[in-house]
Amino acid sequence: MPGTWLFLILVTLSVLGYIMGHRKAVSVSGGSNRVMHSLLPYHGWNVGLATFLAGLFVMVVAALGRALMGVADGNNIALSVLTLAGACAAFYVTHARIERGYRARDGVEKMIRVILILASSIAILTTIGLVLSMLFEARNFFGQYPWTRFFFGTNWAPNFRGDSDLGMLPLLWGTLYVSFIALMVAVPVGLFAAIYLAEYAGPKLRAVAKPLLEVLAGIPTIVYGLFALITVGPILRDVFAIPMGLGESASSVATAGLVMGIMLIPFVSSLSDDIINAVPQAMRDGSFGLGATKSETIKKVVIPAALPGIVGAILLAASRAIGETMIVVMGAGAAARLSLNPFEAMTTVTVKIVSQLTGDTDFASPETLVAFALGITLFVITLGLNVLALIIVRTYREQYE
Amino acid sequence: MTDVTAAPASPARKTTSLYEVSARTRRRNAAEKRFRFYGLSAVLLGLMALIVLLSSILSQGMPAFRQTYVVMDVELRADKLDKNGNRDPADMAKLTTFAVAPLIKQATQTVATELGSDIEGLTDKMVGAMISKEAPGQLLRFVRANPELIGTTQSFEFLANGRIDGYFKGRVTHESAEMDNNISVQQLDLADAMVAEGMMETRFNWAFLTAPDASDQRPEAAGLGVAILGSLYMMMVVLCLALPIGVASSIYLEEFAPQNWLTDIIEVNISNLAAVPSIVFGILGLAIFINFAHLPQSAPIVGGLVLTLMTLPTIIISTRAALKSVPPSIADAALGLGASKMQTVFHHILPLAMPGILTGAIIGLAQALGETAPLLLIGMVAFVREYPAAPPEGLFDPATALPVQVYNWTQRSDPAFFERASGAIIVLLVFLVLMNTLAIILRRRFERRW
Amino acid sequence: MNDMRIVERDVDTQAIKFDCENVQVYYGDNHAIKDVNVRIESNTVTAFIGPSGCGKSTFLRCLNRMNDTIDICRVEGKLSLDGENIYDRKVDPVQLRAKVGMVFQKPNPFPKSIYDNIAYGPRIHGLVDSKADLDMVVERSLRRGAIWDEVKDRLHAPGTGLSGGQQQRLCIARAVATEPEVLLMDEPCSALDPIATAQVEELIEELRTNFSVIIVTHSMQQAARVSQRTAFFHLGELVEFGKTGDIFTNPKDPRTESYITGRIG
Repeated sequence: MPGTWLFLILVTLSVLGYIMGHRKAVSVSGGSNRVMHSLLPYHGWNVGLATFLAGLFVMVVAALGRALMGVADGNNIALSVLTLAGACAAFYVTHARIERGYRARDGVEKMIRVILILASSIAILTTIGLVLSMLFEARNFFGQYPWTRFFFGTNWAPNFRGDSDLGMLPLLWGTLYVSFIALMVAVPVGLFAAIYLAEYAGPKLRAVAKPLLEVLAGIPTIVYGLFALITVGPILRDVFAIPMGLGESASSVATAGLVMGIMLIPFVSSLSDDIINAVPQAMRDGSFGLGATKSETIKKVVIPAALPGIVGAILLAASRAIGETMIVVMGAGAAARLSLNPFEAMTTVTVKIVSQLTGDTDFASPETLVAFALGITLFVITLGLNVLALIIVRTYREQYE
Repeated sequence: MTDVTAAPASPARKTTSLYEVSARTRRRNAAEKRFRFYGLSAVLLGLMALIVLLSSILSQGMPAFRQTYVVMDVELRADKLDKNGNRDPADMAKLTTFAVAPLIKQATQTVATELGSDIEGLTDKMVGAMISKEAPGQLLRFVRANPELIGTTQSFEFLANGRIDGYFKGRVTHESAEMDNNISVQQLDLADAMVAEGMMETRFNWAFLTAPDASDQRPEAAGLGVAILGSLYMMMVVLCLALPIGVASSIYLEEFAPQNWLTDIIEVNISNLAAVPSIVFGILGLAIFINFAHLPQSAPIVGGLVLTLMTLPTIIISTRAALKSVPPSIADAALGLGASKMQTVFHHILPLAMPGILTGAIIGLAQALGETAPLLLIGMVAFVREYPAAPPEGLFDPATALPVQVYNWTQRSDPAFFERASGAIIVLLVFLVLMNTLAIILRRRFERRW
Repeated sequence: MNDMRIVERDVDTQAIKFDCENVQVYYGDNHAIKDVNVRIESNTVTAFIGPSGCGKSTFLRCLNRMNDTIDICRVEGKLSLDGENIYDRKVDPVQLRAKVGMVFQKPNPFPKSIYDNIAYGPRIHGLVDSKADLDMVVERSLRRGAIWDEVKDRLHAPGTGLSGGQQQRLCIARAVATEPEVLLMDEPCSALDPIATAQVEELIEELRTNFSVIIVTHSMQQAARVSQRTAFFHLGELVEFGKTGDIFTNPKDPRTESYITGRIG
């Protein structure tokens, strides 16, 4: 890769800049730090960093320009020449300016500041990239497929020869159904576990149980997916679905929901635990002092006081459930369906994003591009839930600060 | 205070003895016990889920670390392997697996006549099918490497077919064999006889960790070599990009950023990015890195970049917490001596926050290591049998990753792949445990209470 | 001592409410209360004074078994309320606390409405049968807490929105609502300004007609102003107990004298 080599040359040039800058500073000052405005190494850093930043800047601008103007990829020589020329120019200018009064440290600090700002802007660039990449392709999609049929269509039947039905409602229904079951599992278990660990458990049980529950949060979702596929799915099918005559599929909404619920338990419990602990002890004392039992105190004082925070935690958990991919890919099935039977295979938005974007894809057909429209829908839903949750949690925190 | 006098007289107090527990109190205490019981059951339910999850994966995956091998003598017949008799490497290179297959067939027939004479209905074809389809390739590689041994008889250790292997792991039984077109009861009987003769044994399977993936027909040969290497490369990319960028961005936000709307936007943006579904990052990777920047599909560099963007918020949040925990008195001391803000941060605050930063980075890396969904979208589900080259070029070669390999194997029909998928999960979990242990040790070792 | 206004009220000998004999309290290995004997009379304000960490709050919290919520705390000896040992195995702390109410150092209204704050105790103890009953109890309690006039128009506003002094009177009203026999107050004025303190002190004097009040205080002036009996604690021991006037003008123990003249504490 010529890009890699160019980068390595640039780094070498910068190191050389440091060495030569330092040398010149030594010779100008006679080796004494005292006569210079800045410490000697700063002069070296000044040259090295300036060389590196200038080169990097030219390289990025040139590469972007090339990509935007649609010049062929092979045209690397001009880019390399421009980059190295920029780097050398910065090298020469900064090196020539070294003298006793030169404020090299100020220059270095300014450049480091620029680097820090650039690093911080990556988070913003990521978001912009996320939104733009999806918007751009989604616009292509809506150019080929009417948005009303996408958002309000109740049939999902992609057909790679064209003329597909790409209605989102069955996918959205599957997503919400799975998330609902997951929350039905995770919220009571997580909340009660948090209450027990915060209010009842002795220090020994807490020291053991809390980290163990948090292990559940550290397990990758692929593990849960496999668990759903080879253990939970067959058990649910053999114990419930077949005897009750509700279906014969191992992948089902119930399978994915149950496993996702397990995944979310530590999420709900650790968030609730923080929130319950934030309720001041004085509240509990006040209630005990009036002769309330512990459970009355929890139900009537602690939980109502912590309610906004707990609602925020549940919203965050819901957002996570909606965006979860691997568990539903492996546990929920691939059939788009509007049904109430939890033991039937259904599919979700995330599953269809994966299936439309893997394998042979043609970025001109609506069947592939629909994934971007699904992606931006997913992004907007989860973002909305997160923002709402953060606002609720933040106002709640301020109440006790 | 006039209203006190106006207060209505309180009704006569009921004077009840404390020793008598009223019915209401008993009811309330029963409710208390019930509530406590619900709480304890919730904790136990959570712990039980963890135990069931881990034991299910462990019990399903442990067999993947053992493999059945067949030891047999194969005559490297010169008339099949080197018709010209000159041992010319160019001729050797032209040999195909078709040329060596008869040699293996002959060897298996010898075995069949020696051991299988009293097994009714055993055909030569059945005996041949007990050896992995990987065997001819293995023999061919041996012949090419040692042309001077042509004409001699050598002892080889071949992989047994996946179903024979499954027989020794309990996945295949005589009952299931009767209903399975791919395996017969006679083959199982012969396998038992071969074990008795010492020609077949099941032992630890290093190849599972080092070999590349194998096709649908030969689960017994599939390994994690490429996936582990691919994951390792991606982790290198994440470490080299996410850690410096994350630390630089945290330093800026925590120490230098002015209080203005731009900083606010960055902060809100970071906390939102942390909660964006991982699959959305996959869409970003596909649209920007592959379709726009034309980086190769299935390459660890693209996976690494996507995972970097995904872990960045985690690293920034934990790094900022670590920077915040350094007491301001230390910064004040340095500033008071005339150090610049930049010197204060880099000489004092950053070194003191380092253990916390590294702990956060390791946890971010662990999260990235287990991530699957975004990698599916950038083509890392591809079937890759070639090891990627050494970095930096290798970063652009196709590879898979551990969690994606798991997904890939679950999509195949042979149940032997499920065992391997669970085995791969165990490998993944071992890596995660190691990383988290390292994080805990770091935290214990360097934790400071100010 | 000259600025101290000692209210010498004639206290008739009253019925004994709390009878405490040889009370010992341990926090783990720490012997926090050593051999305390004290008799607390009904319809009297008793003040517990002493330097910080002397055990006066700990002892107060034994009287309604609030220390039960601390795992490492152990109480020995005999503490009886109206002749019944409150640490007896048959006694349910929940019922005890309905009889012995408590007001805390910092006002701690629940994050509910003023009405719900007061109604909390009557509701959990089942003291009322109807909404009308409850309304009556709430009004009576708020009047007894000397805060009715200030809040009667906004009973459904949150209790946390009141000023500090109002919050503390709300908490006193809340404690009174369960019709306790004894009211324990743990430095009820330490978080209040002088005006609010004066209001609460006036209230304490009025509460005495219905309840027996025990108040822990850091301020000797306050003890002198509000109480009829004073107990002086030092290093976990009850040094001296008697009529407030006697304690402040004529202490028998040299340690009491040093404390009230400001030499220890």
